[in-house]
Amino acid sequence: MVTGAGVVTALGVGWARNLEGFRDGRVGLRPVTWLDVTGRRVSRAAEVDLPDVMPVTRLEAKQLKRMDRGARMLLLAAEEAWRQSGWEAQAELPLVLGTTGAGMTLGEAYYRQALEAPHRFRGQSIRATHYQAQRQAMDLLDAFGFNGPVTIISNACASGSNAIGHAWSLLRAGRAERALAGGYDGLAQVTFSGFDVLQALSPTSCRPFDARRDGLALGEGAAILALETASGARRRGAEILGVVAGYGMATDIHHLTQPHPEGTAALAAMAAACQAAGLGPADIDYVNAHGTGTVLNDSAEASAINRWAGARAGSLPVSSTKSSVGHLLGAAGAVEAVVCLMALREGFLPPTTTTEVIDPICQFPVVTQARGAALRAVLSNSFGFGGSNASLIFRSGL
Amino acid sequence: MRRVLIQGIGAVSPAGWGIAALRGAGSGERPLASQELSRPGWDRALRVRRVPQPNPRPGCLGDARLRRAPSIAQFVVASAIEALGDDREEVIAGRLRLGVVICTMCGCVTYSRRFYDEVLHQPTLASPMLFPETVFNAPGSHLAALLRSTGPNYTLVGDQGSFGVGLATAADWLCQEQVDGCLVVGAEELDWTMADAMRLFSERVVLSEGAGALYLRLDRSGCGGTSLTAVTSPQLYRRGVSREECIGRMRAELPAMAKGELLCDGLREAPRVDGAELRVWRDWTGARWSPRRHLGEGFVASAAWQSVLAVDAVSLGLHEAATVSLVGCNEQATGVRIQRL
Repeated sequence: MVTGAGVVTALGVGWARNLEGFRDGRVGLRPVTWLDVTGRRVSRAAEVDLPDVMPVTRLEAKQLKRMDRGARMLLLAAEEAWRQSGWEAQAELPLVLGTTGAGMTLGEAYYRQALEAPHRFRGQSIRATHYQAQRQAMDLLDAFGFNGPVTIISNACASGSNAIGHAWSLLRAGRAERALAGGYDGLAQVTFSGFDVLQALSPTSCRPFDARRDGLALGEGAAILALETASGARRRGAEILGVVAGYGMATDIHHLTQPHPEGTAALAAMAAACQAAGLGPADIDYVNAHGTGTVLNDSAEASAINRWAGARAGSLPVSSTKSSVGHLLGAAGAVEAVVCLMALREGFLPPTTTTEVIDPICQFPVVTQARGAALRAVLSNSFGFGGSNASLIFRSGL
Repeated sequence: MRRVLIQGIGAVSPAGWGIAALRGAGSGERPLASQELSRPGWDRALRVRRVPQPNPRPGCLGDARLRRAPSIAQFVVASAIEALGDDREEVIAGRLRLGVVICTMCGCVTYSRRFYDEVLHQPTLASPMLFPETVFNAPGSHLAALLRSTGPNYTLVGDQGSFGVGLATAADWLCQEQVDGCLVVGAEELDWTMADAMRLFSERVVLSEGAGALYLRLDRSGCGGTSLTAVTSPQLYRRGVSREECIGRMRAELPAMAKGELLCDGLREAPRVDGAELRVWRDWTGARWSPRRHLGEGFVASAAWQSVLAVDAVSLGLHEAATVSLVGCNEQATGVRIQRL
């Protein structure tokens, strides 16, 4: 059961603002201000406006001061999930996080100082430790007063989904009664420039499943879910935001960055998630696709959805919310999990608002305008470099 | 709890490529010779222990996927394939469902540094070949491709203690029958930025690189063998909890060690950073190996070497059981017990 959810994207901080943004199909892309993108092919991304004041937790002022952008987004999302869940400090609580860059901006700052002022060490030890993902995890433990264990999964852009799926597996195996799980990634030079030189960024607008799509848009953000067993949640009368019903993962061995053209691993991940949930394509009411807007990803994913859904494809609504918030890398799967929970709870289909001419490869309807829909079960896909493929299935908690 | 066997081990270390090289150096008396690593802006070089060029070069490194791959990917693949042994063919033929858990702290730091350096100097000309290899899971992806393994594949990030988390994850996958066998690999590669950062915390610690791999399977036949009998819960270095307390709790979770058993600890030649671990295990008077003393500090790779050497000692009958003390540098301590059953 999901009893708490927190989210930070370019659409805003918190469930309410993001719900409004996704329901309205708003697009959070704008010229990048936080990074110097001079000379890049692309200069837009879905940047987050961080609040001036961070929420009150058990963290000391110096711990907050040392956090980079991504870590702050993580803390904001975790605080919302924690508050919503009504949990209090406790001893054993597994924390499962997904990230690709952790505190990468601190690593970048370390390198710049090491080159520019090789004999100046001020601040370097803090940068060296705080760019590491385990530091952000330890800060969450200190912020809310719990004791792990901590698992940090870095499976590229599937990391956030893997983290939620892994936490769900821990609960299902009886390893824990509760777990906190999600993903985070802030914009950084390495990632922005990396996707730019790969010519993976769209110079126009990110249009997933559009026949004229020309690339993805980067974003940043975080999302965290508070998960607990059904018995635990019911015992304390917790509000149920939704249910994680299934998780599947598979590895695409076709190429380091390119998916198999027919999306074989995507198909395997979706099938495995369905099997774990005891559901079939006919039971799924909506798919939140990975849908990056790149030529290769969307055609492979469309092919996989077509094959997986079979006859159901013709009436299965699919959308990619990356058109609104960009590709959040290690946070993508977690943010999209929250979008799925919003859709289930509020009864609507989140749109891919930028898409105009739907690629004929899509045998399914691509949702381009938000509309009301009674949803019982939804599926979320996340795929990453290295062939990491993960699918999650959520059911309504009502 | 079903019995988890350690069916194979593999290693790449500053001592060389393969278990035989590690065996000789890891439990030896004298540290391996160190090399100089130049650091831009400094006259004085940093001291490190690098993995030597392989001779002969393992055949698996000739695969197209590894042609442009960084050292860490080569270390992962070579150690994993050594550990997998004959089961490699079973995996490739699709007759054995393999899980892969790669554990690392720094990942592909050389390409990350090179790529960022190019971005700083001329962003539009930064190499698109480097960037994809900078992701933490690239080595795990290459390994899966070589083995044609489409199963569960995680890359876990953390300090030395995370190797214990990786072993526990693999044991869970096996016990839940998600996989038939599972590789757990700890790996790191050297870069001057890492050695530069390490020096801020201890001038005495010599960094190193490489990988260690354990191949786990369930004991379906009941014949026994070298087994993973315990992995403690991770003891996290939370604010207000001393490192010594964490390591002490880790030790308390492990079964008491008997005379004749082996302790494979994480001590280096650096009393200040080793202090807590030294104090917790000071009453142990039995056999003790400290491979990081000889091989250097390879973060998660050295945690893997400790585990590989412990498994090797038990498998060779040198000790009935071994305890591995995986004391991390900034996150957690975990303990592992290996027994001949």
